[in-house]
Amino acid sequence: MELKNLTIVQAHKGLVEKEFSCKELTEQYIKKAHERDSELGVFLSFCDESALVTAHRVDEKITQGKPLDMLEGIPVAIKDNMLMVGTKTTAASKILEHYESPYDATVIKKLKDANASVLGKTNMDEFAMGGSTENSALKKTKNPWDTTRVPGGSSGGSAVAVAADMAVYALGSDTGGSIRQPASLCGVVGFKPTYGTVSRYGLIAMASSLDQIGPFTKTVEDASIVFDYIKGKDLHDSCTSFADTARTTYPELSKSLQGVRLGIPDEYFIDGLNKDVRESIEQAIEVLKECGATIIPVSLPHTKYALSTYYILCPAEVSANMSRFDGIRYGMSVSDAPDLSSVYNDSRRQGLGTEVRRRIMLGTYVLAAGYYDAYYKQAQKVRMCVRRDFDEAFKSVDCLLTPTSPFPAFPFGERAHDPLQMYLADIFTVSANIAGVPGLSVPCGFVLRDEKNLPTSFQLLGKHFDDATVLRIGHQYQQVTDWHTKTP
Amino acid sequence: MSLTREEVRHIAGLAKITLTPDEEEVFVNQLSSILEYVKQLEEVDTSGLVYGYQVEGLENIQDPDTVLQTDEETRKRLLTLMPGRIGDLLKVKKVFEDK
Repeated sequence: MELKNLTIVQAHKGLVEKEFSCKELTEQYIKKAHERDSELGVFLSFCDESALVTAHRVDEKITQGKPLDMLEGIPVAIKDNMLMVGTKTTAASKILEHYESPYDATVIKKLKDANASVLGKTNMDEFAMGGSTENSALKKTKNPWDTTRVPGGSSGGSAVAVAADMAVYALGSDTGGSIRQPASLCGVVGFKPTYGTVSRYGLIAMASSLDQIGPFTKTVEDASIVFDYIKGKDLHDSCTSFADTARTTYPELSKSLQGVRLGIPDEYFIDGLNKDVRESIEQAIEVLKECGATIIPVSLPHTKYALSTYYILCPAEVSANMSRFDGIRYGMSVSDAPDLSSVYNDSRRQGLGTEVRRRIMLGTYVLAAGYYDAYYKQAQKVRMCVRRDFDEAFKSVDCLLTPTSPFPAFPFGERAHDPLQMYLADIFTVSANIAGVPGLSVPCGFVLRDEKNLPTSFQLLGKHFDDATVLRIGHQYQQVTDWHTKTP
Repeated sequence: MSLTREEVRHIAGLAKITLTPDEEEVFVNQLSSILEYVKQLEEVDTSGLVYGYQVEGLENIQDPDTVLQTDEETRKRLLTLMPGRIGDLLKVKKVFEDK
């Protein structure tokens, strides 16, 4: 029996109803992951053996007639910036190329406790800095819809793993759009939960006031299932301590959209948005209207400043977080350097790629005495304005709908040489991180480029800790459309 | 906003990143154009806002200052990652110059 394009729900059903064993399921996904990897460049490492051990354990449970949790035995891929004992965690950087994970990230511990089968670790932009996965120092990941184009980034490997059915679902991290943008470019569902709902312990930090872990899945229903599993307070990540993580999202998915007020912010439908992408979003709005949602135009006046705010605050935090990579305690260390200062400089010069160094430089500059007030402090104040825009809008609407990306997947090299052009790929996604609100990318059509069909998506942005409403709207949309069932 | 080559070299020094002359040149141009772009934030009137570190309406919390022990396996794995080691101690180049 060939197991193709399974969702978590379908795979779980197949296991429970004994249509196939967990061994068969795992072996088929391991085979696909290896075979397609040579063309698509998704995985930085595999863990076949431990996945099969898990499969065996799950099969025993099935034989004994024990009840099975939803994620048990379901094959998953993990972005290579989350620590998992028994695997290397490289962050796709030379400086961590041989770094063996010393402990399990909290999300990994939760997945292990749930008996999930981890297939391997996926490629990404180095230290999650980038929007195309071209900044990986270790591998080139290609978009399965057109292999001459990028998968988006920074979680490009995780997005392709799901899009090309090399895993049933995957985990990524999102600091400025790194889950939602590649999900959009690869035609899968990508969810960045509310800041603070999922622990980042064991996630290699990029910008700590923005980082959030979330799932890539084939359906919104699956995203809700994974989110309900991985969320929760964690002593090791103090940002989860204030979060309202008790509410489960899954039971709310089936509620109708009658009476839901959906805001359409004018500021997201700008000139840079490709015409055919815009049309696909407008069609999605019509569909949601037919589902019972009330469409209300709203304004988020500070939207145009979000990207600038992001590219001050993010590098500032990057410059602080990256200072731990100094060649002293772990990672690449240039041992023949003559003195301590040379160990720092040489290890960082040989170990860190161009974009990483660019952001460290930018961050160091905006935090330097004399520039701090003009850049960093002003950006923090504008961040408050962006956040207030959302608060204001959410007085009259329950959720916002915007495009995820202004354009579909772009060719390799098109934006790689101009950092600003690459940064513009995040223009619709950064606001959610700046304000800390949840964001969900949902496939809603295709556009033609060079005679190839490329996926487009809309993005839903919700109130803080109202992840359930965001997921519910996405799920209801997928009940009456079939874009998410298309495969490359 | 235009950066000079000296400024780029100075920042690189602060960030402990050695740049080649070619990289200095590229970074002068790229960082200048990024700073030029983000300068638009000057337009925003933020005069009435008090700057806070927290966006979420969070407050700082404090944990008791207690040492949490790690398990022996994790401890071993952490020690193995150290590039230079004498027993369980981390070996580094000398920090102070000889007289």
